Amino acid sequence: MATEVEKDHLSGVETTGHEWDGLKELNNPLPKWWLYVLYACIAWAVVYWVLYPAWPLGTTYTKGILGYSSRATLFQKMDEARQSQAQYLDAIAKTPLDQLRGNAELLNFSLAGGRTMFNENCVPCHGAGGQGGHGYPNLADDKWMWGGTLADIYQTIQHGIRADDPDTRISQMPRFGADGVLTRPQIDDTAEFVLSLTGTSTDAEAAKRGAVLFAENCVACHGDKGQGTAEVGAPALNDGIWLYGGDKKTVVETITYARGGVMPAWSKRLDDTTIKQLAVYVHELGGGK
Amino acid sequence: MAHQDFHHRIEKNVLLMMVLVLITISIGGLVQIIPLFTIETTIEKVAGVRPYSPLELAGFNIYLREGCYNCHSQQVRPFRDEVERYGHFSLAAESMYDHPFQWGSKRTGPDLARVGGKYSNDWHVQHLIHPQAVVPESVMPRYAFLLEPLKFDDVAEHLKTLKVLGVPYDDDMIANAKADLQAQHNPDGDTEGLLKRYPKAVVAKFSGHADLTEMDALVAYLQMLGTLVKFTDYKPAQLQQ
Repeated sequence: MATEVEKDHLSGVETTGHEWDGLKELNNPLPKWWLYVLYACIAWAVVYWVLYPAWPLGTTYTKGILGYSSRATLFQKMDEARQSQAQYLDAIAKTPLDQLRGNAELLNFSLAGGRTMFNENCVPCHGAGGQGGHGYPNLADDKWMWGGTLADIYQTIQHGIRADDPDTRISQMPRFGADGVLTRPQIDDTAEFVLSLTGTSTDAEAAKRGAVLFAENCVACHGDKGQGTAEVGAPALNDGIWLYGGDKKTVVETITYARGGVMPAWSKRLDDTTIKQLAVYVHELGGGK
Repeated sequence: MAHQDFHHRIEKNVLLMMVLVLITISIGGLVQIIPLFTIETTIEKVAGVRPYSPLELAGFNIYLREGCYNCHSQQVRPFRDEVERYGHFSLAAESMYDHPFQWGSKRTGPDLARVGGKYSNDWHVQHLIHPQAVVPESVMPRYAFLLEPLKFDDVAEHLKTLKVLGVPYDDDMIANAKADLQAQHNPDGDTEGLLKRYPKAVVAKFSGHADLTEMDALVAYLQMLGTLVKFTDYKPAQLQQ
């Protein structure tokens, strides 16, 4: 038992009393700087307990005299950010949609804000430049399935297409093949006629037969020349722009099983001012009407 | 000196030392953990959060199995940049029925806490089959194999297990587990019971296949994420912890 203080005879420093195979550990004091840093940390902790939320007290906790809360800080920051943009956001909220583009300041602000929101929310389907993709329309051209005026675009963004929203844009193409409205040869003929609208039909006879079927089944929505009807979101078939593909196989598939793309209703996620900015941005992206 | 004697005894008795080390570490742990159970504001009091529907639960299990949490967090932190990008910050209440929670700690892909309703079902299916087909710059692997049939004969057992862990599945939910799972995949069928037990559940033929696939379950799960709490009903002060 090392209860007596033993000093190392070479250095004069006392030992810890521990010995390993004849080696003894010196009991040097802690460096001064290290010790003061430790005391400073303890003092810091005490100050922290007073200023910030720290100690649990049963069902509650000490709130600290600064009243800090990360959520309260967030609300405050959001508020400050809103205030710093208030002159534009308030003006956009007040200005009717069709007059937004007439005001250079608001137009610039809307384009910048709209681009940011477009990149986060719309790009996954419509592509980084609004070029669209398989099943997602191109927004950078001047063809519009559901109308390309500012008001049309605004409504589409707000309520979506075939979305879970009472005012959503809705229409349903019949499943001509799957529900037995047309036979397979009839669908082939109709497809040939549809392709002939853009000069890609390879069977003039079939296209001729298809013209009759088209007139009976398709013109109500797609128009007598296949020019489409924006009110029901029926795309033009005569412009060479294909949402799902313009080869015969795909057109046959479309007629057989029908198509019905879905776009979410964004009024559930974004506020009205943001949707207005998005509408202006999308309108400007391609050829808004 | 008596305390030195005591110290020597500890150093020379491995068992005693282990017991005392365990007690010391436990105090450190308990001081951090227990208050989270006792402090009333840890879990916010919000309406709408419910246990997962059976199909969503199957999707949750697939999410877990595929390790989605390795690249996707499910936690919108209370910072302006996150809130403006993803939506309202996540509440503890929103993940209180997750076992285990899916907060994650890595965002190779985006946060998914508010992904529900953000994209169409078709998009999710297309994206899971081949992510680069819709997002060319994505580094996400393909999950086309999820179009395999979903095994769900044991779904009621999953509900029962979670009930033991404190998830409020009632007898009605457990008895109807299999029927509810199938009902959520059949928009033309009777979904009244399902929607009464699990409000806001998204009913659809998610992957377009007649038979239930793992894809259906995963997309059903993704489409409800972050949609249960109606945040317009709460003032900021009510959500402070």
